[in-house]
Amino acid sequence: MKANTQKAAKSPKNGFFARFKANKELLVLSIPGAVWFLFFAYLPLFGILVAFKKFRLSGNGFFYNLFTSETVGFDNFKFLFSSGDAWIIVRNTVLYNFTFIILGVAVPVVLALLLNEIKNKGMMKIYQSSMFLPYFLSWVVVSYCVFAFLNPEKGYFNAIIQQFGGQPISWYTEKKFWPFIIIFMSQWKGMGYNTVVYLASICGIDKTYYEAAALDGATKWQQIKYITLPLLKPVITILLIMSVGGIFKADFGLFYQLPKNSGPLYPVTNVLDTYIFRALKTSGEIGMSSAAALFQSTVGFVLIMIANKIVSKIDNENALF
Amino acid sequence: MSRRKMEKRIKKIEAEECKYNQIKNSTNVLFNVILAILSLICVIPFIFVIIISLTDEQSLVMNGYRFIPEKFSLYAYEYIISAGESIIRSYGVTILVTVVGTIIGLLLTGTYAYALSRKSYAYRKFFTTVITIPMLFSGGMIANYLIVTKVMMLKDSLWALILPLCLNSFNIIVLRTFFKTSIPDAVVESAKIDGASEWRLFFQIVIPMALPGLATIGLFLTLGYWNDWFNAMMYMDDKNMIPLQYLLIQIESSIDWLANNKAMMGVDGITAAANMPKETIKMAIVVISTLPIIFAYPFFQRYFVNGLTVGAVKE
Repeated sequence: MKANTQKAAKSPKNGFFARFKANKELLVLSIPGAVWFLFFAYLPLFGILVAFKKFRLSGNGFFYNLFTSETVGFDNFKFLFSSGDAWIIVRNTVLYNFTFIILGVAVPVVLALLLNEIKNKGMMKIYQSSMFLPYFLSWVVVSYCVFAFLNPEKGYFNAIIQQFGGQPISWYTEKKFWPFIIIFMSQWKGMGYNTVVYLASICGIDKTYYEAAALDGATKWQQIKYITLPLLKPVITILLIMSVGGIFKADFGLFYQLPKNSGPLYPVTNVLDTYIFRALKTSGEIGMSSAAALFQSTVGFVLIMIANKIVSKIDNENALF
Repeated sequence: MSRRKMEKRIKKIEAEECKYNQIKNSTNVLFNVILAILSLICVIPFIFVIIISLTDEQSLVMNGYRFIPEKFSLYAYEYIISAGESIIRSYGVTILVTVVGTIIGLLLTGTYAYALSRKSYAYRKFFTTVITIPMLFSGGMIANYLIVTKVMMLKDSLWALILPLCLNSFNIIVLRTFFKTSIPDAVVESAKIDGASEWRLFFQIVIPMALPGLATIGLFLTLGYWNDWFNAMMYMDDKNMIPLQYLLIQIESSIDWLANNKAMMGVDGITAAANMPKETIKMAIVVISTLPIIFAYPFFQRYFVNGLTVGAVKE
């Protein structure tokens, strides 16, 4: 009898059921979430096929349309890259994101160091709270805050310019200012959040390192250089890998809401996300915009893999996976 | 000795220990000045919007936006209360979507994260993979749009505002880490020996013990829903069901349209357009749509900081 049950447990089929039974309850708990992922993350992967199709919507449902519409291979991609837009859009996306990645590490780390060093901890709380505030506002609200300064007729900046005898500037049609405005506002909104991440990591560093260093006569700068920054490296690396993976993604609100979708600014504000959205909403070019979306996802995936590989080669501890 | 007194004493001792390790007074002043300027830059634009919303429409048209207006007026807010049905309805939509979305999101994130946090769960690896792949590769905007509108038929449905945002891999990972670190295995094991089912374990033991973690995720979700306009822009054509943030995007064009077409309209249109405080009302809607966040802000911030610290811990 005993030998029999042992044998039964070893047979793969019974093992599967036994395992299933033992995990039944936890399985029930994780199924709803998995179903959500099936619908909102995995089902859209079929939508990628649209990039290879001459897709037309008719009344017969999405999958019917998908399988009956003509397959055109890489034609959509060819169209995308032969249009003059593609180069500008990719250039904008990459250059902006590259700037954001550099500033997104440098500015918050410097701010976290400053906040950590100042003597009055009460003030530290106030500074931290003020700088965190923009993170909680939506891009729509932020765009109105910016509009209060840049409104061509009533805005604050033009009032100041006129007070000093200058000509008012038509902010929403002058593209030369926007790279700076976009970079500035992206830092404005995000620096508080990132500062908190780094500040939390700095606070987690063992104080005895600093005490020992101070006793050995290390200056504040040396302490930062030889203790704080090296110990922050893991956090910086993980955030870097993640942002490298996102170098082809753009914050839609920043590039669409902030310039108020202004046409003359497209050369400096059009990025992959806004291009895809406009192609979908205005011209209905589903095939070409899905080609752009697939291009975006694929390059992002490849980049995150490469970044992770490089990091794991240099320092296996800090790799993402 | 009370806990507060203890903490105070510990802080005092720490402060004394730190003394020899502090920056010079002049450097301290410099750092404070830099940080104060940055803090002001972060806060002032929003304060400016509040001031504009409280300015009298006439003096605003005459002088433009000013930090110290000639004349204050509450007319924009009065207009919203008396004639702003669509604005008030949008407020309702935002609140409904935020509350329902946060509850569903918390439930889904909580149960999934709890299952993943249990070492004894045999399918843990599989379900971890399920959430990792979407972090690395996604169908993108168009694919999502097609699935939500053409397969799930959610266009012009409030579910289109709720469902896409209720779950994400990042929240699950943060909460799983939180469960792992805050709930000792021994507690779970002993409850199991006492015959508690996983359901009871989750609802009666895990949830009460992990409240700070759940609050963090709840706040992430609440903020996400409250500030969302993108899903409304994609999926909402029905003017009766748009949330506040999207109303703010639309009101720009509808107000401009009213202003530009005054002459083309009948008498009613002219009076309606003339009585509407065009400039201040936009800013007033910005303010009322942000007010709940500003009031909840101190609470928000504390939990966000906790959440970020937890999220930063790897595995």
